[in-house]
Amino acid sequence: MAGKRPPKKTTPAKATSAKPTPAKATPAKAAPAKAASRPAKSASAAAGKAAAASSGDLTRLSAAELGRLLAAREVSAVEVTQAHLDRIAAVDDRVHAFLYVDADGALAAARAVDAARARGERLGPLAGVPVAVKDILTTRGIPTTCASKILEGWRPPYDATVVTRLREAGLVMLGKTNLDEFAMGSSTEYSAFGPTYNPWDLTRIPGGSGGGSAAALAAYEAPLAIGTDTGGSIRQPGAVTGTVGAKPTYGGTSRYGLVAFSSSLDTPGPCARTVEDAALLHAVIGGHDPRDSTSIPAPVPDVVGAARQGASGDLSGVKLGLVTQFGGEGAEPGVIAAFREGVEALTKLGAEVVEVSCPHFEYALPAYYLIAPSECSSNLARFDGVRYGLRVGDDGQRSLEEVMSLTREAGFGPEVKRRIMIGTYALSSGYYDAYYGQAQKVRTLIARDFAAAFEKADVLISPTTPFVAFPLGSRTSDPYQMYLADLYTIPVNLYGGPAISVPCGLSEGLPVGFQIMAPTMADDRMYRVAAALETVVPPLTPPEL
Amino acid sequence: MAAITREEVAHLARLARLAVTDEELDRFAEQLDVILQAVARVGEVAAADIPPTSHSVPLTNVLREDVVVPGLDREEALAGAPDAAEHRFRVPRILEEE
Repeated sequence: MAGKRPPKKTTPAKATSAKPTPAKATPAKAAPAKAASRPAKSASAAAGKAAAASSGDLTRLSAAELGRLLAAREVSAVEVTQAHLDRIAAVDDRVHAFLYVDADGALAAARAVDAARARGERLGPLAGVPVAVKDILTTRGIPTTCASKILEGWRPPYDATVVTRLREAGLVMLGKTNLDEFAMGSSTEYSAFGPTYNPWDLTRIPGGSGGGSAAALAAYEAPLAIGTDTGGSIRQPGAVTGTVGAKPTYGGTSRYGLVAFSSSLDTPGPCARTVEDAALLHAVIGGHDPRDSTSIPAPVPDVVGAARQGASGDLSGVKLGLVTQFGGEGAEPGVIAAFREGVEALTKLGAEVVEVSCPHFEYALPAYYLIAPSECSSNLARFDGVRYGLRVGDDGQRSLEEVMSLTREAGFGPEVKRRIMIGTYALSSGYYDAYYGQAQKVRTLIARDFAAAFEKADVLISPTTPFVAFPLGSRTSDPYQMYLADLYTIPVNLYGGPAISVPCGLSEGLPVGFQIMAPTMADDRMYRVAAALETVVPPLTPPEL
Repeated sequence: MAAITREEVAHLARLARLAVTDEELDRFAEQLDVILQAVARVGEVAAADIPPTSHSVPLTNVLREDVVVPGLDREEALAGAPDAAEHRFRVPRILEEE
């Protein structure tokens, strides 16, 4: 039953009073001794079986490997689920990836999968594999907070389509992961329930807004997770935690039950530790949904086949577009160096590099930070203290409008308030044409830049983010400095195409992400290139927690 | 020159139904000014003849069979409300008293 908790795990209300203390954690980079003990990602089923002897090792396997062991009945879904719940209980007081852990629900779902398998039912490749879900997707009967006090304690009466598809495919939902409030942020520091800590270095940010999902993967608390990407919220956390994050084509995954931030940009997508796992998860959650009017009525591209094709390591005939305007201004030298090594590795696999010019990309960040706040100011008007969540100041004397203003003042954090006010400003008469209207025209020009670039190249490539994980607290005092983390991820959101971030080495001991962008509905292309890159970049293993 | 004044921020907060404090007004005025000056750069682009994009995917109407399906149960819909009475959402006073 929802609401029961495993040892040491908490509902959001308790999470605020039980903040992890990163101070007591030793600097993570100082303890890489056991780093080599992780099984290689291509561990055979036999190695997996041996690993199963110790439940701790089950958490190191990929989802594809777990799926094979489960299908062969060498492990049960209950064993796999319990191993991950144990891992969460052991490390999440330091990582704080989860806002809510549904241990009883997860074990019940795992038992159901085991029973179905025992009956001989045909199950999907991820049946029995655990997954963590960003706490901005509704889950029936299970708290959904959007990391905001305004929704604290709310238990939705319905599941998001993405969650429904996970359940139908037999995935086991472990719980809900932390994020920047309403997915507005790039560090998870804007969560109302305390930040998430990067497993690579607990004094640093895990990226955002989906820092909880990415950190859960890097800390081996879950083999798969769901994120949402509006301006980079899947890819940037993936980059700074050394994990894989994919933003599908806008409309390729359903927004039904995704609490809206910026409706023309919000896209749910898969987070994983390998490209193949991300593709497997993408295939489960993608596809047309009649409940989302912007859902594309077409089949999901063959992302799994493309990932397996890419894993062969042959990129002959593939043209990679290097964007002139992403030449490295404002990026850390170590990030640029790791990215260039990645490009060189891809050319050795047969890919050809062509330079493409996208002259309007430099206006993507300002356009985004007008469009997204404008849509946000409209979407978040629904939090009025009437139908769900918080109500403050209702003393029988105050008017509805006063209660509404007091409720929103108490329930929203500073970044959400800033964006609501920026959006209100950009949409107000007198400013509309110069701000929101002009940003929408720039959006057209950015989409045209992409269309022209894809005439010359199959995919576009760049670093995912200009800098590695930064120290907690170092950018919160200057909101615009935080926005710069999204420099490379935002253009493709405005265009609507898919993009993926894959690990590409280290800079100063911290992970660097390599971004691959593809044309609308050509999600398979990016998986092929990403899987090829994975074969030549040594796997990144975070230090032991 | 500042892009936005403290008074304008107070006006925005009223429009957005945010009962911000004086201390917040000071801080937001400073921060919104930095943000607005940065995003105003979109004005540098010559785009007078460019059509605006509101959505990245060209949308066409999708029709479904006209079949009755159960919607959200009334009790479930009200279960998350801060206050409910007589099968309805209960709200504070809307009209001024006479």
